[in-house]
Amino acid sequence: RARMTAEVILLDFWPSMYGMRVRVALAEKGIEYESREEDLRNKSALLLKMNPVHKKIPVLIHNGKPVCESLVAVQYIDETWKDKAPLLPSDPYGKAQARFWADFVDKKLYDIGRKFVWEKQGEEGEAAKKEFIDCLKLLEGELGNKPYFGGEIFGYLDIALITFYSWFYAFETFGNFSIEPECPKLIEWCKRCMEKETVSKSLPDPHKIHDFVTQYRKVLGVE
Amino acid sequence: MGEEVKLLGLKRSPYSCRVEIALKVKGIEYEFIEEDLSNKSPMLLEYNSVHKKVPVLVHNGRAIAESLVILEYIDETWKDTPILPRDPYDRAMARFWVKFIDEKALHPSIDCTHSVYKACTTQDEEVIEEAYGDVEFLETELNDKRFFSGESIGLVNIVVNFVGLWLGVIQEVRGVELLNKEKFPKLCGWVDEFLGSSIVRESLPSRE
Repeated sequence: RARMTAEVILLDFWPSMYGMRVRVALAEKGIEYESREEDLRNKSALLLKMNPVHKKIPVLIHNGKPVCESLVAVQYIDETWKDKAPLLPSDPYGKAQARFWADFVDKKLYDIGRKFVWEKQGEEGEAAKKEFIDCLKLLEGELGNKPYFGGEIFGYLDIALITFYSWFYAFETFGNFSIEPECPKLIEWCKRCMEKETVSKSLPDPHKIHDFVTQYRKVLGVE
Repeated sequence: MGEEVKLLGLKRSPYSCRVEIALKVKGIEYEFIEEDLSNKSPMLLEYNSVHKKVPVLVHNGRAIAESLVILEYIDETWKDTPILPRDPYDRAMARFWVKFIDEKALHPSIDCTHSVYKACTTQDEEVIEEAYGDVEFLETELNDKRFFSGESIGLVNIVVNFVGLWLGVIQEVRGVELLNKEKFPKLCGWVDEFLGSSIVRESLPSRE
């Protein structure tokens, strides 16, 4: 029977880039929480109850009330615990830019990225690689010479994107391409983010992701 | 210097329309520029170089794209008549539902097989089943409120304008009845209420 005694609970799945976002946001704000790992082939009653619409993780549960969708949860965390480490800039235009690019990450990177790992590499593969790199280059352009997308301070858009970094090694291996030569500034930014404990503790080792992908590809029958 | 607000849009686009409703609700004066998508203006290509789509809001020369991002920008810049609720949890709920609507109900793109729009144009049982399920979620969420999220027109309502008008038109055109009064009495009631609001009537294009 599920305990609901912790004030903040995160229903999560360790390789999920989306789950990682919420982990980082909670860490940035210094919020204590209980993490519950879901088995996505055998979803808990709590998950199904808290996210009946999508039945997906991550789900942030605060005082018993669920918040679903990673970026919605990150904004909720920012607005609820607003006295520490603001994640979004204070001006509406800055906020709009951060949201626009986070939306871009969601719309583009995930769908292209999954082609490298979950699908057999065919002719489509080359087009996917180019599109992926083009998207990363656009993001690099947005970063410019700033240390973080948020400027001097690590913020919302940094959180939205950095979690994909843990999957880059898997993308590169299975997609057979290399990101750093094409997007050196972006990789520099990735490494800078990883120096933050809130990030490095929230992201799994890329080799573990790679192993996870290897195993799951067998299950899917991709080779 | 006065506020300069331009909206690059398309009268028949629900995304563009939702921005117009928001601007009107807030009483903001703006210049509407109708785009020809087969011949995109240099202004559009410059202001939204990433997606090259409408709507794009240009405020004092700075461009904002993506309708939901625009709606939040409008709400944060012109603070009268708030569109989003104040409470963080209620805001999270509103954001969740508009995302749901955009992903499930509104996607007219060819590669999105699961949407209410698609259900109106297909014979596929599974797609129709799923669409019913999605609409049912909206029905439950609406519950007994007059509009989504309470008494006044807010973010979710503005986004769901699609259901209000376009779905009706599509249903007529395609001869499919997805949103019938027996199955979804509350949603149909909401549609009537929403279309009844004068601001909405002004902003929506005619059914033609």
